[in-house]
Amino acid sequence: MSQNLSAALPELKGRSQWVDARARLLRNRAAMASIVILGIIVFLAMFAPLLSPYAYDEVNYDVISCAPGWWPFEAMCTAPGNIFGTDAIGRDIFVRVLYGARVSLAVGLVATIVSLVIGVLYGATAGYLGGRIDDLMMRVVDVLYSLPFIFFVIILMVVFDRNFILLFVAIGAVEWLTMARIVRGQTLSIKQKEFIEAARAAGVGPFGIITRHVIPNVVGPVVVYVTLTVPTVILMESFLSFLGLGIQEPLTSWGVLISDGADQMETAPWMLLFPALFMAVTLFCFNFIGDGLRDAMDPKDR
Amino acid sequence: MTGYAIRRLLGAIPTLFVIITLAFFMMRAAPGGPFDMERRLPPEIEANLKAAYDLDKPLIQQYAIYLSKAVQGDFGPSFKNKDFTVAELIGNGLPVSAKLGLWAMGLALLIGISLGIWAALRQNHWQDYSVMTVAMLGITIPTFVTAPLLTLALGMYGITLFGLEFTLPVGGWNGGAWRNMVLPVTVLALPQIAIIARLMRGAMVEVLRANYIRTARAKGLSAGRIVLTHALRAAALPLISYLGPGLAALLTGSLVVEQIFGLPGIGRYFVQGALNRDYTLVMGVVICYASLIIVLNFLADIAYAILDPRVRLK
Repeated sequence: MSQNLSAALPELKGRSQWVDARARLLRNRAAMASIVILGIIVFLAMFAPLLSPYAYDEVNYDVISCAPGWWPFEAMCTAPGNIFGTDAIGRDIFVRVLYGARVSLAVGLVATIVSLVIGVLYGATAGYLGGRIDDLMMRVVDVLYSLPFIFFVIILMVVFDRNFILLFVAIGAVEWLTMARIVRGQTLSIKQKEFIEAARAAGVGPFGIITRHVIPNVVGPVVVYVTLTVPTVILMESFLSFLGLGIQEPLTSWGVLISDGADQMETAPWMLLFPALFMAVTLFCFNFIGDGLRDAMDPKDR
Repeated sequence: MTGYAIRRLLGAIPTLFVIITLAFFMMRAAPGGPFDMERRLPPEIEANLKAAYDLDKPLIQQYAIYLSKAVQGDFGPSFKNKDFTVAELIGNGLPVSAKLGLWAMGLALLIGISLGIWAALRQNHWQDYSVMTVAMLGITIPTFVTAPLLTLALGMYGITLFGLEFTLPVGGWNGGAWRNMVLPVTVLALPQIAIIARLMRGAMVEVLRANYIRTARAKGLSAGRIVLTHALRAAALPLISYLGPGLAALLTGSLVVEQIFGLPGIGRYFVQGALNRDYTLVMGVVICYASLIIVLNFLADIAYAILDPRVRLK
């Protein structure tokens, strides 16, 4: 295949693994389609206020639980102006789904970044220092692994009274364990390489080596894991919101919308359908991108 | 191996201690208390109540009291469900949750393994792609979406099979009658089926390329025998290491499923307990779940060592 070309033609400038990986990713149709769809959802979420004549908390008692104008089934009433219909107090579902997307995607991103920072620093430090410190640090991770974490997130949400920022931090603090393990494993093999020895010989301290030389070289597996963490986090947030512990009204997230929709499923199925659809498509996209990235960076399994 | 088992079980003690400590102080840090009500209690009564439950003592002393009682197996009375001790509530709820979880895991293993093997044998054919797409759907659609959808389809409208109409109850436990179990078990099993099928397919594809499988083929064994006796044993290894996290995921799922279907399991007690500041109940459920997870992980590791002769536990 084409990735072997550089080996066959030595006079060409060598291609980095990143160029190869990008080429493989671009050829992966499922992953590329997912990137486009995700881009559209992000765009819609960002420009939500401009895209709808309604505000996300605008109550209209004339159109309570009304189907969208194009709804093909029987419905109590229709609201031609609301393309996804309205909820039990006449709010526009379309704009609420987009505001839900903002919250869900933001939680996904911020919590993932929190887990990324903690996990990468922790794993790289443990792997680089090795020996007793490594044993101790990884023992801590083992202990934390056997905690029923969802319970601690629930308790945290109760403790901090559904604080929005803390939701990010709590979920991120839960998700860093696997990241730390991956990074530690990678670091153990990287620290044997010559360039680390060279850096050490040049007098760079451990912190400098970890941040400047080790971390940039573990990016590959970390990126893959990050794309797979975002959907996990989105699911977890919606799960908490579903139990009534997440985002509070009138602000909304996909979990809240789905929870409301499930209550009204018999009379107003559109209230469940659209948030569920948006969420499922988003999670689908992240999973496909993650799988695509993994195949692109580590092609031996295909 | 025995030495390893003993050390692992001893190692669980500090883990449990950390869990109890964290849960205790986090729960106490929550604003509000178990006796907050719409109407404030007269201060003398509130003081009496607090004294009865040792809540008037300094926090660290309460912690010591709780620990020493918990070690003896006394998890105290529930603050909200008066007349019940936490042990009684868990004793009522655990069988429900366990029955639900075990059925779901059994179903998930049966269907997931079969689908995974089937997809691996038809690798890169339409059968493979369709199984994997459905599996991706199973992973991405959350339990709290599948639950209402299935309830709507099977519970409210009912299905007609062979001229008989089946309508499943949409909630309640009814002493664990199978009709009441169908919907929650299915909902709980779906994501697990998907994950197990994906794991199984990946492992199977890899194992089927191994030399010893080629040898088995060359000596003329039937395809069924090769897959079921030679390949499955090696391919089941990743599955076994998944069982620990998988069962933990089932517990998480059961929080939602018990809530949706109104089942009297311990997941529901936990959510209500956390919201009501029922300190002892929350602690009891956390300890119970944590012990379960520790034991299950331990069993999975032992099973792994038995099945994989390359692993030597020391």
